[in-house]
Amino acid sequence: MAWALRGLREGIVTTGYPKKADGYGAKFKSSVSVLGAGTDPSPREQPMSGGRGSGPSSLCPTGAIEENRGEVALDRGRCILCGRCVETRPGRFVFESSPEIAVVDREHLVVPGRVESDEEVTRVRAELRSRVRALRRSVHVRHLDAGSDGSEEWEVAALLNPVYDVQRLGIFFTASPRHADLLLVTGTGTSGMEGPLRTTYEAMPGPKVVLAAGTDAISGGLIHPSYVTRAGISSIVPVDVFVPGSPPSPFSLLHGILLAIGLLPASAVR
Amino acid sequence: MTPPPTTALVTPEELAGVVAGRVAGGERFAGLFATAQDDGSTVIRALLARHGSLDIVQAALMPGRDRYPAITPLVPPAAWYEREIHDLFGIEPVGHPSLDPLLVPVHPTQHWRPRPGTSRPGEAVRLDFDTSPLSSRVAGQGLFTIPYGPVRSGVFESVEYLVETFGEDIPYLRSRVHYKHRGIERRFGELGVDDGVLLAERVEGTAAVAHALAYCQALEALGAIHVPRRAGLVRVVHAELERVASHLDSVARQTEGAGQAVAYARITLHKERVQRLRSQLCGHRFGRGVVVPGGVAGPLSAASDEALRTLRALERGITDDARALMDTPSFLDRLRHTGVVSPAAAASHGALGPVGRGSGLGEDVRSDRPYGAYSLLGFQPAETSEDGDALARQQIRLDEITTSFHLIREALDELGEEDADGPWRLPMQPVEGIGLGWVEAPQGELVYLVEAEAGRLKRVKQRSASFHNLALFPQAFGGDILTDFVFIEASFGLSISGVAG
Ligand code: SF4
Repeated sequence: MAWALRGLREGIVTTGYPKKADGYGAKFKSSVSVLGAGTDPSPREQPMSGGRGSGPSSLCPTGAIEENRGEVALDRGRCILCGRCVETRPGRFVFESSPEIAVVDREHLVVPGRVESDEEVTRVRAELRSRVRALRRSVHVRHLDAGSDGSEEWEVAALLNPVYDVQRLGIFFTASPRHADLLLVTGTGTSGMEGPLRTTYEAMPGPKVVLAAGTDAISGGLIHPSYVTRAGISSIVPVDVFVPGSPPSPFSLLHGILLAIGLLPASAVR
Repeated sequence: MTPPPTTALVTPEELAGVVAGRVAGGERFAGLFATAQDDGSTVIRALLARHGSLDIVQAALMPGRDRYPAITPLVPPAAWYEREIHDLFGIEPVGHPSLDPLLVPVHPTQHWRPRPGTSRPGEAVRLDFDTSPLSSRVAGQGLFTIPYGPVRSGVFESVEYLVETFGEDIPYLRSRVHYKHRGIERRFGELGVDDGVLLAERVEGTAAVAHALAYCQALEALGAIHVPRRAGLVRVVHAELERVASHLDSVARQTEGAGQAVAYARITLHKERVQRLRSQLCGHRFGRGVVVPGGVAGPLSAASDEALRTLRALERGITDDARALMDTPSFLDRLRHTGVVSPAAAASHGALGPVGRGSGLGEDVRSDRPYGAYSLLGFQPAETSEDGDALARQQIRLDEITTSFHLIREALDELGEEDADGPWRLPMQPVEGIGLGWVEAPQGELVYLVEAEAGRLKRVKQRSASFHNLALFPQAFGGDILTDFVFIEASFGLSISGVAG
């Protein structure tokens, strides 16, 4: 059978996201939330971790959990989704399955979040939107690996497979920074990639948007600290959109890109 | 559980000769690693593989001693390992032909070295790299230098290749991998054993299961733990799905390079479905969190018969498209005679995985040094090829996909017959000593050396197949035109994060 016919054999396999929710995407464990106090059953046996002391903060391998007089906060920007907190204290921590976890403000990755005024959220979004107004029709993405573990690249590349097929949304990947609107960065920010990252960013014309893809790019995850890493890329280039995940799923990446270019239907904007 | 390695103790002066002698005697050079001790001394260990075992030859450099006679002049595959030791420990293998920085190209005035193994806290050092462009080594007129990277066109890991060629002559290729160096080995030393597996899963994220497995097997060997049979079967299911995904990735990149748009769409669709099946079985698209010291985190989260149904459909689709691909002359022409690694070159370097098997080397860790549940299942390694080209490597990968499906079905069948209760993991007591773990990762033999002390990780050294095979990469370019680059790279299936560490 000719390849052209093979291409048609399964009909449409492309997801309806973002117009419609996607059955698979909505089942995926994408983040961890904190439940209200008072429902916590006695913690189970603690694993042999490197942490000291007891309580949820010593449980987490990346220090994503902070406990202060019974108040627990979890930073999704540091969480690598190892599930240890969910397993050990199921009354306190739960997995969430919505892939729509990208945010435009680093602080919004901390849950339960500070209550923010509507004006504050609107202001941040308006500022971003004014910068990307020029990109409304189509957006050209330059990917850059600043020290990933390689899984992020698979998920970014998956955006081009027939299921996600982001070109249908006017999203194109480009090799040249000069044609790029959006810089999608993976990895913790290594000494070796610092220079190339800066050069690529500077070569992009304005307005430009930077998306930190994955927990490593946001905070360094479990990789940082070391003698050649930074705690994420935001100390090298300014970051506009944060997509947590270890690695972030293609749905979460897509949500982040759409958020960055102001193309999201209202339902998908938190 | 793997048997404890035998260790031969030699002096630093004897090391090169002993290793060379054993290689001449038919053993395969499988790696060379150093470990810093708190007293300032450094232990150097060479790994030698023969059928059924992996042994250690070990030499100690006294405190203050920072030189030893290099192994590379006698055993050329040691070249990159000795460059790495030079970079990370500041130790000079005397007589090494080229100590170009491999992982940490720091300015010569910077003397601090990471020296993984010591329990001294890392000084708050941040090494800054000298990342000036690679200068040409081949001087002369008519020289073309084509730099490629570290930021590549397309969605790739960062790495720099420099192709040097005199017009029509055989091009010479150099690679620089330090851009992605993350200091992983030092980081392991700051973690407890349970956190260590999380880091292992992030050394080479596309082979997370293989890394977790090799790490855990090293610990389990130390703790003399036999993981429950059902846990071993779950490990096989996830490790083989990882192999299918990885091989599909390599094939997809070849179709992309050849401009076979429909084939590319088909193969990437299959790959996406494999990733989805993996996440349905464990909640993670890369199988992270499945393998833990002592077993697995829990049962498969989809029923065996449901998984089997999905698997059958997937296998049918892949087999059918693979057959069509191997029947598309315009595509095969791009791969045939492209990127040839001669059987002689492969054998003398000890090429691993599909690269080795495509050039006549039959070794597959799953049958040569069986681990986990593989000995329960009827595993047959893929037929090797003597052709050594990109086409041979692709054929090996397609055959291995078939074998993986077979193994997964068998493992699922066996799991269906297991009792409903019984543990998925055994408790690990704190362990002491040095353990080795090995697996056949998608790209070939992966080895972990784990040294534990008082329940903590003193030294974790991983050697990915990509690290070993990348040193062979330039040899595949003999005579090939530069447009073949994409096929050669894709057919090697390299993972840079696993190389750079
Ligand atoms: S799931 Fe996230 S927050 Fe919970 S322990 Fe793991 S890394 Fe920490």
